[in-house]
Amino acid sequence: MSTRYTKEHEYVRVEGDTGTVGITDYAQGQLGDVVFVELPEVGKKFGQGEQAAVVESVKAASEVYAPVSGEVVEVNSALEGAPATVNEDANGAGWFVKIRIANAADLDSLMDEAAYKAYCDSL
Amino acid sequence: MSEPATLESDAPLRRTPLHSLHLSLGAKMAGFAGYDMPIQYPIGILTEHLHTRSQAGLFDVSHMGQGFLVGRNHAAVAQALEALVPADILNLAPGRQRYTQFLDETGGILDDLMVTRPADPAEDGVLMLVVNAACKEQDFAHIEAHLPAGVKFMRAPHRALLALQGPKAAEVLARHCPDTATMPFMSGLSTKFGTIDCHVSRSGYTGEDGYEISVRLDKVERMARALLAEPEVKPIGLGARDSLRLEAGLCLYGHDIDRMTSPVEGSLVWSMQKRRREEGGFPGAERIQRELREGASRKRVGILPEGRQPAREGTEVTDANGVKIGLVTSGGFGPSLNGPLAMGYVDAAHAAVGTPVQLVVRGKTLAAKIVSMPFVPHQYFRG
Repeated sequence: MSTRYTKEHEYVRVEGDTGTVGITDYAQGQLGDVVFVELPEVGKKFGQGEQAAVVESVKAASEVYAPVSGEVVEVNSALEGAPATVNEDANGAGWFVKIRIANAADLDSLMDEAAYKAYCDSL
Repeated sequence: MSEPATLESDAPLRRTPLHSLHLSLGAKMAGFAGYDMPIQYPIGILTEHLHTRSQAGLFDVSHMGQGFLVGRNHAAVAQALEALVPADILNLAPGRQRYTQFLDETGGILDDLMVTRPADPAEDGVLMLVVNAACKEQDFAHIEAHLPAGVKFMRAPHRALLALQGPKAAEVLARHCPDTATMPFMSGLSTKFGTIDCHVSRSGYTGEDGYEISVRLDKVERMARALLAEPEVKPIGLGARDSLRLEAGLCLYGHDIDRMTSPVEGSLVWSMQKRRREEGGFPGAERIQRELREGASRKRVGILPEGRQPAREGTEVTDANGVKIGLVTSGGFGPSLNGPLAMGYVDAAHAAVGTPVQLVVRGKTLAAKIVSMPFVPHQYFRG
């Protein structure tokens, strides 16, 4: 299992051909209190970098992009009733969607944990 | 994840005298109306908002424009201001404050402002004005261009402004200036905060009881630190200021009202006293009096979305058949309401409270209805 990161602060945790996608702890800190998450429907297909979800804080709405191309196999419906989970546990219970990864080569363009940490430190 | 859009230019940002205090408190800063302002502190907008509604919040609003109209007596300055605004200033009693708008020749709103007549008879012939930061240069130039003989306008860039808002504000401020405890909503007085001279008005923009305190730039940090040392007080940023004023149903200039809206369309008829509505004598009076007689074609209303999804500024409002009837001008999430809320303009035929409408958010339709404002009851102290 490995986790890869985008410059837009999404993560994808890879287990076999499935990737669990969310926003990073850094991202939730930047957003502030999350009050609503709009999730796609199961079965929806995305290309890498396409809008997959929307996360709304008190002050603004931000788009969440698919870090890899693929098809949505599960969404975290618990976020509907408890959007603050994204703030409390962005890397764990605050995940957004699970995607069946269409093209494993997409992962090569993403950062590993060390590179992502260095990237955040540079911001 | 996309960065929320901002509409700031690249011009260097100005700083209020509390800039370094904000940084030391861990504020997240951003450009607003040309100033580098605290958007939120480490506790976050949601907690700041709820704290203001349950305890007391301190806001730095020193970016706002302050100035004084000065003439030989009250009638002279009142007349000068009444030529620009539709409120009754002539009959504003000493020590009282009023909300009004600068209007252009077509009755469009150039800015909204607070006007205070000093309580002290020795200061008769003075009006204190507080205008929006983003409009202050234009406002001041506008005032100066329309001054009658014998009336001067003095900008007050040497003054800072703090707002202390919330149910504990009165108790907290009374520890420093006891004479502020009993003053009613929309009144003002000159007093001392400890040894610091200041002007206090019982007003604000959160819907809560509270005060705005005008004080010299070189004294404001001492005052702010003294207030922050009170156990009930936390610093509050512009993020919570926006969600608080939206729940209170108050307009944000440049969004909910602007040059394209009249006070009648903007549901601000309450701010135009009867004498002015009848006599006119302000810019755009013809149009405004016609709208008062016949009704405006559109109206600012509260809009309550069903469900949890916020509808932001710019969201299209449609009727039950999907026909466009208006636009959201402010929208988001209300922490005290614990749900989404919006205000905007709809065609008069759809403006009645209880009318079902639809909001089109990212291509999807959300059910909503027209509601009366405020969304959260005002808690003003009326004495």
